[in-house]
Amino acid sequence: MTAENPVISCKNVWKIFGPDPEAFMKTMPEGMSFEEIRAAGYIAGVKDVSIEVHKGEMLVIMGLSGSGKSTLVRCFSRLHDITGGTITVEGQDIMSLSEKELIDLRRSKMGMVFQSFGLLPHRTILENVAFPLEMRGQDKHTRRERALEVIKLVGLEGREDYFPRELSGGQQQRVGIARSLAIEPDIWFLDEPFSALDPLIRKEMQDEFLRLQQMLNKTIVFITHDFDEALRLADRIAIMKDGAVEQCDTPDQIVLHPATEYVRKFTEDIDKARVVHAGVLAQAHASGEGEPQDAGTTVHDMARMLVNDTREMIPVHRAGVSIGAMSRKAALDVLLGGDS
Amino acid sequence: MTVASTTLPTSLRSFSNAQIALACVAVALCLTIVQYLGLLPTWLHRLPEAIIPNFAAVLDAVFNFVKDDLGLLAFTRFLTEGLEWLLDFSANIFFGKRRFPNIGPVPWTAVAATAAVIGYYLGGWRLALLGGGTMVWTALIGQWEIAMQTMSVLAIAAPLAFVIGLSLGIAAWKYAWVDRVIKPVLSVLQTLPFFTYLLPAVIFFKVGPTAGAVATTIYAIPPMILMTTLGLKKVSPEVVEAGKMSGCTKAQMLRHVYIPSARTEILVGVNQVIMLSLAMVVLTAFIGMPGLGAKLLAMMGSFKLGRSFEIGVTIVLLAVMLDRMSKAWVIKLPEHFERDTPIWQKHSMLLLGLGLFIGFTLLSLVVPFLAEVGRGQDFSQGKELDNLIKAFLNIEWVKATTGFLRAFLNVQVLIPFRNFMLSIPTPAFILLVAAFALALAGRREALYALVFFSLVALSGWWDRAIITLYSVISAVSLAALIGLPIGILASRSNKWSERVLLVCDTAQTFPSFVYLIPAIMLFGITDVAVIFSILVFAMVPLTRYTIEGLRNVPEEMTEAADMSGATRLQKLWSVQLPIALPTMAVGFNQAIMFAFFMVIIAAFIGTQDLGQELQRTLAGTDLGKNFVLGICVSLMALTFDLTIMKWAADKKRMLGLQ
Repeated sequence: MTAENPVISCKNVWKIFGPDPEAFMKTMPEGMSFEEIRAAGYIAGVKDVSIEVHKGEMLVIMGLSGSGKSTLVRCFSRLHDITGGTITVEGQDIMSLSEKELIDLRRSKMGMVFQSFGLLPHRTILENVAFPLEMRGQDKHTRRERALEVIKLVGLEGREDYFPRELSGGQQQRVGIARSLAIEPDIWFLDEPFSALDPLIRKEMQDEFLRLQQMLNKTIVFITHDFDEALRLADRIAIMKDGAVEQCDTPDQIVLHPATEYVRKFTEDIDKARVVHAGVLAQAHASGEGEPQDAGTTVHDMARMLVNDTREMIPVHRAGVSIGAMSRKAALDVLLGGDS
Repeated sequence: MTVASTTLPTSLRSFSNAQIALACVAVALCLTIVQYLGLLPTWLHRLPEAIIPNFAAVLDAVFNFVKDDLGLLAFTRFLTEGLEWLLDFSANIFFGKRRFPNIGPVPWTAVAATAAVIGYYLGGWRLALLGGGTMVWTALIGQWEIAMQTMSVLAIAAPLAFVIGLSLGIAAWKYAWVDRVIKPVLSVLQTLPFFTYLLPAVIFFKVGPTAGAVATTIYAIPPMILMTTLGLKKVSPEVVEAGKMSGCTKAQMLRHVYIPSARTEILVGVNQVIMLSLAMVVLTAFIGMPGLGAKLLAMMGSFKLGRSFEIGVTIVLLAVMLDRMSKAWVIKLPEHFERDTPIWQKHSMLLLGLGLFIGFTLLSLVVPFLAEVGRGQDFSQGKELDNLIKAFLNIEWVKATTGFLRAFLNVQVLIPFRNFMLSIPTPAFILLVAAFALALAGRREALYALVFFSLVALSGWWDRAIITLYSVISAVSLAALIGLPIGILASRSNKWSERVLLVCDTAQTFPSFVYLIPAIMLFGITDVAVIFSILVFAMVPLTRYTIEGLRNVPEEMTEAADMSGATRLQKLWSVQLPIALPTMAVGFNQAIMFAFFMVIIAAFIGTQDLGQELQRTLAGTDLGKNFVLGICVSLMALTFDLTIMKWAADKKRMLGLQ
């Protein structure tokens, strides 16, 4: 993606749970599988993960429960101390931070949204949202002003004095989001933020979330177990299984070229046409004739044209500049699910 | 024995627990039969005096060393002064003891009005009525001063227990080693008879309110510790992580995240602290603490049933009021006000309370009756009630019933049972208990039973211990005979379950002391009265847990039974009871613990057990003997506690209920 340094970079990160993880890690033979580690009485929450998150990017970590996705994100913010490897956040090795530095980092740079909201039941919405500001010692007045601002941003105006239990699930999560944004973090962690919500509300919150992201343009690590949600939101998706990352790529690539059998199973029931874009299908050195397609158009949106057209190669433009051409047959294969 | 002990470890493994238990019972039976034939040597029947070590003297020496040589007494006497100052302060406020700050006593009308407003704030009109009504009753019946003597100690002891319990609870939650140290101490403390709290309190903290307050505080601490730890452990991990991600320091985490999130459990702890404090503060009458308990003790001692009854009502009202209000506080959640609500409206209750308090205080300056109900102005009907109760007990059929029950239970049931228990040789008895623990729980519990009861035998108080146990077992058995059917019947309908649970809840808040009143009324000073008071006290948890166990059987299971064509009885017998049994066992266990507690109090009626000896030690400074006796009771209670709770936990795990 960009050439700048990644915001979060982790190399060969391990998180092992058990009686004495450090000692186990040292003596553990190379290439031990998840099951073998479990047989030894340990759980590999995160298993040799190397991944980077770039500025302004939304990385979605997808996996089923127990796959280690929540553990991994907790390693990024050092809610969990890792057992092996290194994690750097904006160039700083977070394992080397003192407690005070760590607290400062969280107070100024990080925000996190939780699956079950994690709201403090004894505080009003306003006090919940202002909580991180209060912790870093801001005075009451600025605290209140900033909190009201974010509450307005998430559309909860007029509910400031309510208590969490008086709100619906979707509203409570809006509070959670507002709280995580109060300190204007650069890095935003969202741990299955919409999983506890009804399907309809979930869709609404996803839209809301995309709207916020467009406005704020933060670096985001988003956790979900819902593949559709991942496809809908992600710039890149990392699919995890048994603590390890199976594949990390853009939605198009994952759908078109699943790296493992496990990933392929997820993509099976997906309507690929809604995921794959013209830009991905374009072959750089090929050329075509006639009306060009925009790189951001999905195959689904081109369906009628693909069926009716007779051209073999269709030119693809990005922002008005040609980036090559795509084969109509390849696009039709995506649309109709044929073998490519 | 020597042969057995060398071969035991290897051979034990090849036998099942049940087989070993059976063997123990067989040996015990043989011993008993031989004893009945008159062939058993006396040293096998009871331990000979000569080999009984003098624990009491050793303990005394230890206490004296700690007390005098290590300077503990000087230290506690120093603490006493501070405590005394606090108690004098509250005594001045509550009933006008002439001490600093010399502003009391607060007029009873002002207190009643405040109680009503607090009640209204916490739970509406019903609690307002309960709060105000209790105070009005107490004043008008002429017991204001003694009630306030009791409350003045409670007002110091309960907050003290709260603070200490909360701190220890936090420490136990934070540091594993504190938890490991505290756990066993707590379980011993909870089974230790209250007389054992009293004597050290007297010795170290002077007779009177100070000793009473100390004993009360210590007695009320354990549940506060347990509830605090429980609440802190239950705080959802996401809330904790949210706190950390908000950049909380450790102190901020505790203050802003953990403690507020554990609010419910902590307040339940507060409720228990208040209730235990009240129960104990009444009992401190035994060490000369003036107040409701002392008055009740005196009235019952002189068989003035009318006055006893009135005091009993006051105690019960106070208990119910404190319980309901603190429980209402548990479930009371903060509410938000609409924007721009004026300040006086936000704090309307506070203002109303203050206003009424000041108003009545001023008014009472003019109308003395509103400040204090003087001698001869009260509405006590002690004499009349007394006559009424005695007349009622003299009605032919009432007299015949109680007389019959008394005679029948005594002659046919209790005395034979007691004699039988006493006739069992000591080793046989210990084997029986161990077999019981082995069959129900496991080898570890059996070992505990063996060690604990052997210690009781070595203490030299075996006969008295057996009499204590006899009271407990007969009372709990009778309570089960009555309580279980009530529970089973009540659990059939929602309405009745609720009603009976409410009765149980209310009865459980009564300080144990008041259970003596009906017992003495009905059965006079007899063994039956002892058993009766324990029975009523122990029936409460039995009934309650039976209902809860049966009501909590998952609906699919009863529906499955219905669809399989089970009759009501079949459903009860083969579906509901097996699943409810672990819960019922918890109730059974609590009943036994309650019984061990009550049997000691019943010493007041006149028993021949450990409690009686314990009560006697209170008059002197026999700390060693006091402790030996207390530990005996505690060891017996712990044996049952460990065994039954282990059984219930095993059963629950087997049923997959956890």
